[in-house]
Amino acid sequence: MIKAILIFNNHGKPRLIRFYQYFPHVFLQTEDMQQQIIRETFHLVSKRDDNVCNFLEGGSLIGGSDYKLIYRHYATLYFVFCVDSSESELGILDLIQVFVETLDKCFENVCELDLIFHMDKVHYILQEVVMGGMVLETNMNEIVAQVEVQNRLEKSEGGFSAAPARAVSAVKNMNLPEIPRNINIGDINIKVPSLSPF
Amino acid sequence: MPAPIRLRELIRTIRTARTQAEEREMIQKECAAIRSSFREEDNTYRCRNVAKLLYMHMLGYPAHFGQLECLKLIASQKFTDKRIGYLGAMLLLDERQDVHLLMTNCIKNDLNHSTQYVQGLALCTLGCMGSSEMCRDLAGEVEKLLKTSNSYLRKKAALCAVHVIRKVPELMEMFLPATKNLLSEKNHGECELVPQLVRILKNLIMSGYSPEHDVSGISDPFLQVRILRLLRILGKSDDDSSEAMNDILAQVATNTETSKNVGNAILYETVLTIMDIKSESGLRVLAINILGRFLLNNDKNIRYVALTSLLKTVQTDHNAVQRHRSTIVDCLKDLDVSIKRRAMELSFALVNGNNIRGMMKELLYFLDSCDPEFKADCASGVFLAAEKYAPSKRWHIDTIMRVLTTAGSYVRDDSVPNLIQLITNSVEMHAYTVQRLYKALLDDISQQPLVQVASWCIGEYGDLLVSGQCEEEEPIQVTEDEVLDVLEGLLVSNLSAAVTRGYSLTAIMKLSTRFSGVNRIKKVVSIYGSSIDVELQQRAVEYNALFKKYDHMRANPNPNVAVITIHASNSTEADMTDFVFQAAVPKVSRPNPAQIIKCLCFEVLIHGFGLRMRIKLTYTLKGSPVQDLAEVNNFPPQSWQ
Repeated sequence: MIKAILIFNNHGKPRLIRFYQYFPHVFLQTEDMQQQIIRETFHLVSKRDDNVCNFLEGGSLIGGSDYKLIYRHYATLYFVFCVDSSESELGILDLIQVFVETLDKCFENVCELDLIFHMDKVHYILQEVVMGGMVLETNMNEIVAQVEVQNRLEKSEGGFSAAPARAVSAVKNMNLPEIPRNINIGDINIKVPSLSPF
Repeated sequence: MPAPIRLRELIRTIRTARTQAEEREMIQKECAAIRSSFREEDNTYRCRNVAKLLYMHMLGYPAHFGQLECLKLIASQKFTDKRIGYLGAMLLLDERQDVHLLMTNCIKNDLNHSTQYVQGLALCTLGCMGSSEMCRDLAGEVEKLLKTSNSYLRKKAALCAVHVIRKVPELMEMFLPATKNLLSEKNHGECELVPQLVRILKNLIMSGYSPEHDVSGISDPFLQVRILRLLRILGKSDDDSSEAMNDILAQVATNTETSKNVGNAILYETVLTIMDIKSESGLRVLAINILGRFLLNNDKNIRYVALTSLLKTVQTDHNAVQRHRSTIVDCLKDLDVSIKRRAMELSFALVNGNNIRGMMKELLYFLDSCDPEFKADCASGVFLAAEKYAPSKRWHIDTIMRVLTTAGSYVRDDSVPNLIQLITNSVEMHAYTVQRLYKALLDDISQQPLVQVASWCIGEYGDLLVSGQCEEEEPIQVTEDEVLDVLEGLLVSNLSAAVTRGYSLTAIMKLSTRFSGVNRIKKVVSIYGSSIDVELQQRAVEYNALFKKYDHMRANPNPNVAVITIHASNSTEADMTDFVFQAAVPKVSRPNPAQIIKCLCFEVLIHGFGLRMRIKLTYTLKGSPVQDLAEVNNFPPQSWQ
């Protein structure tokens, strides 16, 4: 079972946090606790060299003897899955790859900015891949198709802004090719490179 | 009141903050705005506000005041509202808040909604954070959805059902019939399941290229992996099932392409399955060979996973794993810390009488160059292996010396008495040992275990040292004074621990019966009679007493002074108090007069039949008294002859 999925950048800023279990020794899983878990995980993962294996024993907060951290580093982002011993390490590595490729397809050459500004969409995509800590769907096209139908459903209702103007929703369309994908805003200017075949 | 700002705007604003304090201020301002907006019960902007709240929650700011709003969103008719509402519920709520029960009714309605995506949302939420009460209430709805023809919903319902069963195990019965149907064929009991799964797996492998389900050319790897895992569970203690699986497992193992990671994941799962079920030995050897191939893979993840699995099987399939010994030993030189550790553990498991010399060479080399975190474990492992399989005493002593000199400070405390015991028993090596240890001391006195063992040896066999009796190697020329210089150096050095000083003082004392220059020793001992260290002081005073009261026995080259030093240490975590050590010897009347010597703290009767001693230990541990009785019979003959 997958216990938690975390995405954070090279400086430890969280981009997605999803817990599928409340860790028993963490009495009150408040926001503070969550941030502490992120910090500890970032600390463990960031000091790993690039040529060591992608598996780690968990830290004291997110850990316990049964838990492992399986992570992948893509340009500026770390994707960390905390799993228990029932999951195969190699399988989870594959799963991370599938998830990232799906994000790439949904956002068209996804980069960190997309994750920042569309955190809710990333959650929705993740929901089609992992549910209740278990793998739901691994077929990328299937996932993308389902997400797109639901997005269209939202759009037809007017979307978030609730402003009924169609023009507004047109501007929110992410697929405009002219929008440069690697906007240089401070430190976030690196695209996720074409994902290496696995 | 102006319309609440959009999520994107909030994110942009927050990102312009240059300090944590600035960010906090912005967030607080926005939270206040959101709160007032919630108070106004405005339906249009609620989802926007909750989305912003979720973003702030991710950054670490409290968002609990949005919990009820999520519930309102879930109850709305719009899909957009429901979507963000359910997400909020999953992120902000859990079963410890009573609020979550209010969702039950909404979820129930949504499970029967006309739009499948709403049903999907409800299933997802229930499957993620449903409490046992909720699961009990809604199990029936989930079970209904398990039988739907809509595959999208069926999958979600299945995972939701797993969560329900985890929370309320008694409900498992309810789901069994539906689960069986999920495998799309009628079956009569569990044993039918295996051939069926085998058939499915076969189809997957043989079906060739199927574009929808494949990943890099292998048909639906995730399904294959899941089936393999299921086979593993079914075949674990069942001979018949295991037999039925043998062929297909062999087929998967040989046919899966390993050029991409997916192939490796399937192979790995196959290996695990073969290991866990009652497979035939040929299959097991095949599995281990696959693991051996993994070890040569460039991908460090594969190597790590292979080493972990080999470690699990080395006890049961020892010979098969032995064949890959050289590859495993090569992994000791890997850069990755986790791989090195696994390789070290595995190497120790593979050491036997045949390969001890070669393996030890590699392991000692590893000990030299490894990180400090490994040294203690490696040293212990080397000692254990050497003890079990040493081909000769000389080799054994050399190996110990090597460990002590290269990793002397990492050796565990209890190894010192063990080593001393070992050295004592290798009678013919005494001269060689003491010479080597002396030379090691000349080089380096910082490693305490080494120094302790060396002092003890010099104290015991110092006479062999100065008389140059070594046969194994070129004897060195060393005078009594030089030896005493070294030992005294240990006493005064800042590098020596208190225990080490005790060892060296005792050694100096022992040499008073072996060396001729007794006066110097007397002087040293008397100086320490006033040492600040209580332990040293006590020893020195008692030794002084020996000099005064029992000096007449010194004339005899083989004095009957048996100085027995007891080392007692408390290795439990609790304190030990009231420690009393008692020793007694049997009185035997015999024609020759027995000589009774008062020595330090107890009486020892020495007679022609050998030295026997009965000891009694009493102490208090964790408040309760403990008593231990024992008889000691194995004093070395030199002590009483």
